[in-house]
Amino acid sequence: MKSMDNGGLVFDGGGLNVTEGAKRAAGALIGNLRAYESSRLSNVIEEAHHTAGDYTAVNAIMRARNVDVFYGDNHAIKSVNLDVGANEVISLIGPSGCGKSTFIRCLNRMNDTIESARVEGEIVLDGENIYSREADVVLLRARVGMVFQKPNPFPKSVYDNVAYGPRIHGLAPDRQALDQIVQSSLERAGLWAEVKDRLHYPGTGLSGGQQQRLCIARAIAVGPEVILMDEPCSALDPIATAHIEDLIDELKKNFAIVIVTHSMQQARRVSQRTAYFHLGRLIEVGATSQVFSEPRRKLTEDYITGRFG
Amino acid sequence: MPPYTALIILLALTVLGYWLGRRRPAAFGRKYHSLPGYYGSYVAIWCVFPALALYCLWQLVEPGFIRSQVLATLPAELLELPEAELGLIYNDIRNLVEGNIVSGAPGEEIIAAASRYTALQRMSNLGIALAVLVAGLASSGWALRRVKPTLRARNKVERTLRMLLMAASTVAIFTTIGIFLSVLFEAIQFFQLVSPLEFLFGLSWSPQTAIRPDQVGSSGAFGAVPLFTGTLLISGLALLVAVPVGLLSAIYLSEYANARIRAIAKPMLEVLAGIPTVVYGYFAALTVGPLLRQFGEAFGLGVSSESALGAGLVMGIMIIPFVSSLSDDVINAVPQDLRDGSLALGATQSETIRQVLIPAALPGIVGGILLAASRAIGETMIVVMAAGLAANLTANPLEAVTTVTVQMVTLLIGDQEFDSAKTLAAFALGLLLFVTTLALNVVALRVVRRYREQYE
Ligand SMILES: Nc1ncnc2c1ncn2[C@@H]1O[C@H](COP(=O)(O)OP(=O)(O)OP(=O)(O)O)[C@@H](O)[C@H]1O
Ligand SMILES: [Mg+2]
Repeated sequence: MKSMDNGGLVFDGGGLNVTEGAKRAAGALIGNLRAYESSRLSNVIEEAHHTAGDYTAVNAIMRARNVDVFYGDNHAIKSVNLDVGANEVISLIGPSGCGKSTFIRCLNRMNDTIESARVEGEIVLDGENIYSREADVVLLRARVGMVFQKPNPFPKSVYDNVAYGPRIHGLAPDRQALDQIVQSSLERAGLWAEVKDRLHYPGTGLSGGQQQRLCIARAIAVGPEVILMDEPCSALDPIATAHIEDLIDELKKNFAIVIVTHSMQQARRVSQRTAYFHLGRLIEVGATSQVFSEPRRKLTEDYITGRFG
Repeated sequence: MPPYTALIILLALTVLGYWLGRRRPAAFGRKYHSLPGYYGSYVAIWCVFPALALYCLWQLVEPGFIRSQVLATLPAELLELPEAELGLIYNDIRNLVEGNIVSGAPGEEIIAAASRYTALQRMSNLGIALAVLVAGLASSGWALRRVKPTLRARNKVERTLRMLLMAASTVAIFTTIGIFLSVLFEAIQFFQLVSPLEFLFGLSWSPQTAIRPDQVGSSGAFGAVPLFTGTLLISGLALLVAVPVGLLSAIYLSEYANARIRAIAKPMLEVLAGIPTVVYGYFAALTVGPLLRQFGEAFGLGVSSESALGAGLVMGIMIIPFVSSLSDDVINAVPQDLRDGSLALGATQSETIRQVLIPAALPGIVGGILLAASRAIGETMIVVMAAGLAANLTANPLEAVTTVTVQMVTLLIGDQEFDSAKTLAAFALGLLLFVTTLALNVVALRVVRRYREQYE
């Protein structure tokens, strides 16, 4: 305590001894330094603000423009622009907490279920803003399906799991049509052979990989145009993962797919375009081969070479 | 030294033992098997349990011991009296000691016996106090010496804890068995007077039995069917109120209400379960009953002022929390994943609730309803006050009915001889009720258990 008081006194004395001129010179120097520093900083920010690479897609099915998402005061997504092209797989990568899930959940308005979440900007599907007042969430979600990180089949039979969506949307006029939808969805999800004899057993009794494919079949059954997948393989073993990756390859013939993944290899294997998120911003987007071989941004390079994240 | 002083000292010893046991491992200065706290608990356990066991044992033995000692000093001619009179004399001795009223003037030998009694008791108290302390000291000293790095104190303490928990849970089990047996024995006596068939299937209930054979209207009829239909009618009405209201409010609270409303509304609903049933009874008898009658009159219906309907409605309100609270819990326990999965397929919130949440939570909901039902069946006060005492065999909710529990109360009120069919009938009813609600509870628990297995 005592020595601190002394220090204060000495400082005061020193201040009194400095001449006016020297004081002014020092002030100017500091000012210059500050200006330099801030202009450099704003350059960095400027650069970070705009996304490197082309965020548009040739035949885009969904377009996100200036999307911001807030969780209360937490600004989780910062003016992101991104297109989802038809018949392509686009993967979203980035360190944990950068907003991949938040962004993907904007695309079918699943963020509506979170009380504190607020979405700004526009996301257009077929020329209509899905966040406009007239937009119908039920129809939107039928067109933009979703598969979750953890397989979440309903505690119902395999059949009822797949039939759930078609029943709700009245897609099948009779039992036969429904059977047809269930079978073709399971076939397309590569699960039919394994479950055709146990259609009326609980879906929760399948293995993890089978459950995830059941969830994909369930999403397909409604006839969506886009399928969102948030880390669909993170709860699965390598064999089940390979199964799902093959399936994604197959599915892109009919659907646009947005997949969030923490695995670079997976992004490389399954996607045609890759978008790299960092702290809520879309840093870079481009063809997968380009992003992984010659990233435009230092941040991207650091991430894909495994320097952080 | 009164025994409880010894117990307090024992407690202090226990704390000391814990402390010593805990310090002990530090003295070894090398790796010991368990954390120090376990050695402390180990010594404390050895300090307290043997001494306590000794104390309890003595408490059991002491009265008989003192009695035999005191009676042995009585003159021989008194000892030749029959056992019952000897008991009376012994009572006199004890009353004298405790300063209570004694029958007649105490004789010489009684006074002598009383002073002997006092001396014995004083000795016994001192003895047990010393014994407890010595036992505590000895066993904890022994335990303390056994504390070594290799002693697996953790395992031993765990085992003691497990035994303690087991003992705690058996208390409830033995109580249940005890209740069941006591009711069973009385009921068997009843069934020696009245045939079980008549009791179970008889359609008329009028439990007055004659004191003199020539009395009028004294046949006595013990058909329990009207009582059970009354119980069923009122419980059914109650469930008719409680299930929809409870379930819907549970759905609202768990799925639609925001956190603030939930924080206020849920405890408020649960307060309903905390209101004394007498208060509900008043409400049913003084407010709902007359209201129903006026209402009935307006439509030209004869509603008696004591009706099954009034009691059932109010009872239904009382058991709403049983349904709503449990349903709310199970609906909340359905994983968020399932909600998301359903919503992501384009289901609306109400479709999600109807087709995913309710089916997934159904076993739990049913469990809640069954618990509410067993509560309704056992309820007495509301029915006494609002549904009357007339044992009508009817399905008309506008008439007065009576229930099993109400009859049990009326059978046992006042001074009763415990060997007449009338009083014993209460135990037979009790047995039947016990079996019914037990069955309901078992079913409820099973259903709830099945629900639990679903997400594992
Ligand atoms: N329900 C929520 N409520 C409040 N904040 C949230 C919520 N969900 C996410 N966030 C915040 O939004 C930011 C982005 O989270 P998000 O889940 O989108 O990250 P992510 O990229 O999917 O991460 P991960 O790879 O770990 O899944 C984080 O800062 C997170 O704390
Ligand atoms: Mg995520």
